[in-house]
Amino acid sequence: MTELAQTLSPAPVAGVDFASGAARARLKKRYRSEARFKALGLAAVLVTAAFLVLLLADIIRKGAPAFFEHRAQLSITLDPATIDPKGTREISELRSADYQILVRAALIAQFPEASDRRSRRELDRVLSSGAVDDLRSAVIADPSIIGQTRSMPLLLSADADLFMRQKSRLIERRKGAGPLHVEGEGANISIAGGGNVFAVALAEMKTLLAARIRAATAELAGLQAGGTSATVDAKRAELEKDIAALQARAAAATSPETLTDREPSLIVAIGGGLLKITEIGSSEAKAVTLVPPKPGAIITEWSLLKITTPESNRRVSDRVAAWVETLSARGLIENGFAWRFFTNGDSREPELAGIRGALIGSALTLLVTLLLCVPIGVAAAIYLEEFAPKNRLTDILEVNINNLAAVPSIVFGLLGLAVFLNAFDLPRSAPLVGGLVLALLILPTIIIASRAALRAVPPSIKEAALGLGASHQQAVFHHVLPLAMPGIMTGTIIGMAHALGETAPLLMIGMVAFIVDIPQAITEAATVLPVQIFLWSDLPELAFQSRTAAAIIVLLGFLLVMNAAAVILRKMFERRW
Amino acid sequence: MQNLALETVAPVVESVPVPKITAKDVNVHYGEKHAIKDVSVDIPAKGVMSFIGPSGCGKSTFLRCINRMNDTIPICRVTGDLRIDGRDIYEPGLDPVLLRARVGMVFQKPNPFPKSIYENVAYGPRLHGLASNKVEMDELVEWALRRAGLFEEVKDRLKDSGTSLSGGQQQRLCIARAISVRPEVILMDEPCSALDPIATAKIEELIDELRANFTIVIVTHSMQQAARVSQRTAFFHLGKVIEEGVTDQIFMNPRHELTRNYITGRFG
Repeated sequence: MTELAQTLSPAPVAGVDFASGAARARLKKRYRSEARFKALGLAAVLVTAAFLVLLLADIIRKGAPAFFEHRAQLSITLDPATIDPKGTREISELRSADYQILVRAALIAQFPEASDRRSRRELDRVLSSGAVDDLRSAVIADPSIIGQTRSMPLLLSADADLFMRQKSRLIERRKGAGPLHVEGEGANISIAGGGNVFAVALAEMKTLLAARIRAATAELAGLQAGGTSATVDAKRAELEKDIAALQARAAAATSPETLTDREPSLIVAIGGGLLKITEIGSSEAKAVTLVPPKPGAIITEWSLLKITTPESNRRVSDRVAAWVETLSARGLIENGFAWRFFTNGDSREPELAGIRGALIGSALTLLVTLLLCVPIGVAAAIYLEEFAPKNRLTDILEVNINNLAAVPSIVFGLLGLAVFLNAFDLPRSAPLVGGLVLALLILPTIIIASRAALRAVPPSIKEAALGLGASHQQAVFHHVLPLAMPGIMTGTIIGMAHALGETAPLLMIGMVAFIVDIPQAITEAATVLPVQIFLWSDLPELAFQSRTAAAIIVLLGFLLVMNAAAVILRKMFERRW
Repeated sequence: MQNLALETVAPVVESVPVPKITAKDVNVHYGEKHAIKDVSVDIPAKGVMSFIGPSGCGKSTFLRCINRMNDTIPICRVTGDLRIDGRDIYEPGLDPVLLRARVGMVFQKPNPFPKSIYENVAYGPRLHGLASNKVEMDELVEWALRRAGLFEEVKDRLKDSGTSLSGGQQQRLCIARAISVRPEVILMDEPCSALDPIATAKIEELIDELRANFTIVIVTHSMQQAARVSQRTAFFHLGKVIEEGVTDQIFMNPRHELTRNYITGRFG
C-alpha cells in the first residue's frame, strides 16, 4: 500500500525499438531457433516411426508363415485289423494302435514304388508325426469311421512344409525343348535328346567349377605359406592334382559332368514323373528315378528343374522334395490356417509347437498378479496418500517405493528364488510363484500411479464431503476413490502389460523349462509367452524362427488389447463425472 | 498506517441478544505462523454475520475453526474457547464429524460432487440416515432444492450431472446440499467470488431468505455484499478482529481508523 503512494519514477531503461537492426536480428534468430527445433522434433518422430514400422514389418514378415500350414489330403483306409484287431472298440485299444502304418499306407498308395524299407523310412519324413496323432484323435472321437476309406488332411513335416513355402525361390524351372528319349528304370536311366538340350544346364554346372577351382587355389596358397613338412607336401600335391583335374573339366565344354549332393540338383520332370540327373552331358544324361513317369506319356513335354541349394545343404532330400512336389502337382496339398498354433502346447517338432500352454500360463500368472497387486497396491496408495501421518518414516517409505520401481527385474527374480522357492518351498515353474514375483515387481508402479491419481482429485470434492459431515474415510471412499479410479485402472493395466512382457525374473524361478502340457492350475509347471518366445528364439530350425515371430505378434496383440482397454476404461469412467 | 494501533474496539451494543456461537480468545497457529490472534466474537442466532478484511487477514481460517475443518491440516493448532449453544466444540469427547453435520459449509468455488443433482443433495441425508425411504428422500431433496431456489430450474433433470449446471446454479446446488442435513449454522466462504453479478444477486437473495431458519456466517471481499446481506459485521486485520458490531454502524460510522480506511477503499 505504501508503494502506491509513491509517484512513478521513470524506468531506468528506454523501451524496445522494434525497428532497430539488433531487434530484427533477434527476431530472426528466434524464428530460426523455432524452425530448427520443429525440424528436429519432426525428424525425431519420423526416425522413431520408421524404426517402429521396420520392426513391425520384419516381425510380421517372419511370423506370418507360422499361422499357416500345409496339409496333404490323402485317402486313408482305416483298416480294422490294424486299429482294433479284437473288435472291442475300447478307447485304450484305439489309443495304442499303430496309426503310423495307416498313414504310411496312404502315402505308399500314392507312390507304390517306395515300398521297400529304406524308402518307407524316407516316406515318413514327408508327413509330420502330428498327422498320426490327428488320425488317432479322429478315430477316438468317432470310432464308427473304422473300416471306411476317407480322405483326410495330414500335416506335412516341418521340412516338407518349408519346401512348399520356398519352392518358388528354391526351384528354377526351365521348359524343355524337343523330344527326349528315356530308357531304363529305377536307378539306371539314360536320357537322350537331340540338339544339345542340356547344353545350358551343363554350362551352368561348368561355371560352378570355377568357384571350386578358386577355393582350392586359395587353400593351396595357404599351404604354401605354411612351410614344408611331409604331410603338407602330400596335401599340396593332392590339391594341385585336384585343381588340374577341375581345370581340365572346366575347359572341356562338352564333356559330361557328374553331379553329387554338393552341386545343385537337376531334375527332369516328364510324364508326371521326376528323374534326378546324376551325370549330365550336353545332349544326354544319366538319371535315377525319384517318381516314375507314367508309361506312355508324351515325351516331348518335359521341363528341367534345378534346386539351387545343394542337397547336402538342405534338410529336405531330393526324394522327399520330389514326393511333395508330385503331391502338390496332383492337387493334394492344401494350405490352411494353422489353428494348432493356438491349440497346442510346446513341442520339439516345430510344425506341432503352439502357444496355448504359454498363453494359459501367462493368463494364470497375470491372474495371480492382478489379485495380489490391485488390493495391496491401491490400499497402500490410499493409506499413504490420505491417512498416513507425514513424518520421516513415511518419507523413507515413499523414497523406497520410488526406488523399487527402478530396481532391475532380475533382482525380483532372485528374490523370488530365495524367498518363495527356497524359504517357502513353493513349487518351481509355477504360475503362483511367477505371479507373486511379478506382483512384487509391479506393486511400486501401481502404488505410484494410484497415488498420483488420488492426488489429482481436486481437494474441494473431499472438503465438500467433510463439510457435510462425512468422515475422512467416507469422503475418501465415496468421492476421492471413484474419481481416481480411471487413473488407478490405467496405472494397473499398464503395470499388468509390463508384467505380461516380463521375462528375466521368471527365468530365475524356473518358468523357462520345456513344458508340453497345458497348465490347469496355478501350482502346475508352466511357461509364459515372453519366455516361450525366448525359448523358441534359441532353436536353430527355420520353422521355429517363424514361430518365434508369430508368438511375438500374439504378445504384441495382447499388449495392444490391454492398452486399448486402459484407454477405453478411462474414457468410460471419465464420462460419468 | 502500520503505525495505527491494532487494539480492538469494544462493540457499541455490548452483547449480542442471543449468541449462537461464542468465541473467546481463539488463537490459531499454522506451524510457526500465528494466523489468528485472540479473536473474541459473538455470532447471533438466526441472522447473518459477515467477516470482512484484506486478503490473508485470517477470516477464512477463523470461519473454518467453527466447523473444525482446520483439523484436516496437520500443522494447524487451535486454542481458546469456541462454543456453539454454550458447548465447547473443541472438547475432547466431541466428534468433529457430527459437528460438521450441524455446521454446514459452502465454499468459495462451487464444488458439486461429479454425480447427479439428486445424488448431490441426497448424499448428506443418506450419510446421517435422515430419510428412511425413497419417498422421504425425494421430499427432502425437493425441499432442499426449493429452499435453495433451484428446484424449478432443475426439476426435469435431477439425473443430470451436478457439474453440468452453470456456476451460479452449482453454488445454489451446494447451498441445497449444505441445508439438506438441516444444519443450525451455515458457513459461507466467499460464496460469490466466482460468480457473475446476476448469480451473485440470486445467492444474496437466498441468503436473506435462509437467515429466518439458519445462523449464517459469511466471509466476503465485497463490502457492498456485506452491507446488503448481513446484520452484523466483523472486520479482521492481520489475524485480529479490529472492530465488530452492527453492520450499519460498521459501514456508516466506523470507530477505528483501520476500519474506516478499509471500507473507504484506501487499502486492501
